[in-house]
Amino acid sequence: MTEPIRVPTMAEFTATGETPEVLFWVGCAGSFDDRARKITKAFVRILTAARVKFAVLGTEESCTGDPARRAGNEFLFQMQAQNNIMVMNGYGVKRIVTACPHCFNTLKNEYPVLGGNYEVLHHTQFINALIKEGRIKVEGGSFKGKRITFHDPCYLGRGNGEYEAPREVLLKLDAALVELKRSKQNGLCCGAGGAQMFKEAEPGNREVNIERSEEALAASPNIIAAGCPFCNTMLTDGVKHFNKEGEVQVKDVAESIAEAGDP
Amino acid sequence: MGISSIVFIVLLVGASWLFARNFMRIRRNILLGRDVTINDRKGERWALMARVALGQSKMVVRPVAGFLHIIVYAGFVIINIEVLEIIIDGVFGTHRVLSFMGGFYDFLIGSFEWLALGVWVACAIFLVRRNIIKLKRFVMKELDGWPRTDANLILFTEIALMTAFLFMNAADYGLRLGGDLHYSQAGGSFPVSSWITEHVLGCTKESFGMSPASLVLIERICWWFHIIGILAFLNYLVVSKHLHILLAFPNVWYSTLKPKTEIINMDRVTGEVKSMLDPSVQPPVVAPHTVAGVEMTERFGAKDVFDLSWKQLMDGMTCTECGRCTSVCPANLTGKLLSPRKIMMDTRDRLEEVGKVIDAKGKWEEDGKSLHSRITDEELWACTTCNACTEACPVNIDPVGIIMDMRRYLVMEESKTRPALANMLTNVENNGAPWQMAQADRLKWADQ
Repeated sequence: MTEPIRVPTMAEFTATGETPEVLFWVGCAGSFDDRARKITKAFVRILTAARVKFAVLGTEESCTGDPARRAGNEFLFQMQAQNNIMVMNGYGVKRIVTACPHCFNTLKNEYPVLGGNYEVLHHTQFINALIKEGRIKVEGGSFKGKRITFHDPCYLGRGNGEYEAPREVLLKLDAALVELKRSKQNGLCCGAGGAQMFKEAEPGNREVNIERSEEALAASPNIIAAGCPFCNTMLTDGVKHFNKEGEVQVKDVAESIAEAGDP
Repeated sequence: MGISSIVFIVLLVGASWLFARNFMRIRRNILLGRDVTINDRKGERWALMARVALGQSKMVVRPVAGFLHIIVYAGFVIINIEVLEIIIDGVFGTHRVLSFMGGFYDFLIGSFEWLALGVWVACAIFLVRRNIIKLKRFVMKELDGWPRTDANLILFTEIALMTAFLFMNAADYGLRLGGDLHYSQAGGSFPVSSWITEHVLGCTKESFGMSPASLVLIERICWWFHIIGILAFLNYLVVSKHLHILLAFPNVWYSTLKPKTEIINMDRVTGEVKSMLDPSVQPPVVAPHTVAGVEMTERFGAKDVFDLSWKQLMDGMTCTECGRCTSVCPANLTGKLLSPRKIMMDTRDRLEEVGKVIDAKGKWEEDGKSLHSRITDEELWACTTCNACTEACPVNIDPVGIIMDMRRYLVMEESKTRPALANMLTNVENNGAPWQMAQADRLKWADQ
């Protein structure tokens, strides 16, 4: 996937009178967090390789409001939502893809009642469709024979019932997909949801991400695949806690797919 | 009409009246909650109720407990067909009035016996799990006191009822062996109790270890014990977690069909925000409403049971404290104070506390307490909204919704939050991201 990368904005599209196929909702983590930016770029490389006409909102994008709502501030959530909906409806957005399950859940489930009706896809669903439509080809490459385990993000899996798309995508890597003890409906949270990402954990005897990382490491994977920038951070920290960062990588599904296409 | 028929009718009517009165009180308590309309997608709701409540689909996720529970549940539902006969016999002084069904009656009584044995064994195993093996979810702190006694009382009662049922049949069978005409004429088959007749009561065709009079006495005592036990148990439901056998069905029917991580919109805030963004839009008018004889002001979020919806209160009354939610809660698993089961128990206990004030005074009077007197901020802020609890609940109870509504109250009415969250909220408000990053820099990743 070596095509030159260009990231057009909705504003640029509108200026030329064109309509993109899909809006890529980057999200706050994908925009600002150093680790998550790599996921953003990997996904853009996939979109580019598949010649998807996509656009981002760029500086017109703002937090969906997910953490504000879950931290109890409904006013702030609805302010964010109303503003984002105004921007997106202004551009006539119909279809959105995002690499963040929290943005995904909010845009898909919580915006319609406020006037924002879009078809919203998680990037693993989008990539899966690109593969099925033959728009990208994935070969195992360096992943062949490796052990990969997938950590279900709560907001994608239990929240929205999507367990298969990320797994179907990972299976294209010719790797051995090993399931964690607690997976799919029974998946254990990474500890970041419900605005926990932005605060210290309440007093306890362990951090949730340590509990989950221990379980993930017990599956002896080469790669722990994540589908959420927050899970990614939590699991990366957890793997470091057990001094396993040399042997086990935490990678977003999109990163693995983008890398597999590299020469 | 014999004296026993009169005694029976008095007991039956009295117990039913008492139950109806207490049940209506529970209904009144549940309706203290906010009004919400839940009547969409009826077909899906019936299907859900058939699958989850009737079909026990979420119980069998844990196969051992699920299997045993299905035996007790099937036993309860099916053996209660027998109660129908007992009531007719009791009122008219007949014996096994349904015998006219012939072979089918024999089949029924035979199946009841096997089920009764199954219920007996299952309840014994449940007692072992709670009191000897001490499974973690059954020995947690929130079960100290009444909840633990309640659970054991239920199991002992069921064992006693099943024992009475089987001994009643065993004595009946013994009388038939002895050729008693009154008993022999009735139908029935006794695959389990015949064993008791022979080995416990010591009666076979050849040797009779007990006088017919004693057998009649045993049969009558067990008959009365069984039916009085059932009537007492019916009235016990209203003060017990065992109420779930009734409420599980409506509770599942009314449970949300939405994606689990979708949080319910606060329409009043939508109105306020619209009027903030567009001055020509009038802010919503909030009319005070009357609950339990008192005018209530509408709050943001939940301070007390009146601020939760009736469905959330029904969740509290339906909870049977099995603790499957807590056993999968990431916060609880890592030693935090939060236990979703306790959230539900606290909701119920507070509702009952409020109900008692209304019973005593005829209307609600502030008692200086609220849901927050029982549920601490520390519990509320430990939730990751992962919904493992809602997934695990066999009767579709939703603790996350209550936690969210209580957080909303803390933040929007009391301005109480965690310091780091206050920072996050400020950042979202000022620069549209939970971190202190400028909105103008949102696309910088593309240049690097």
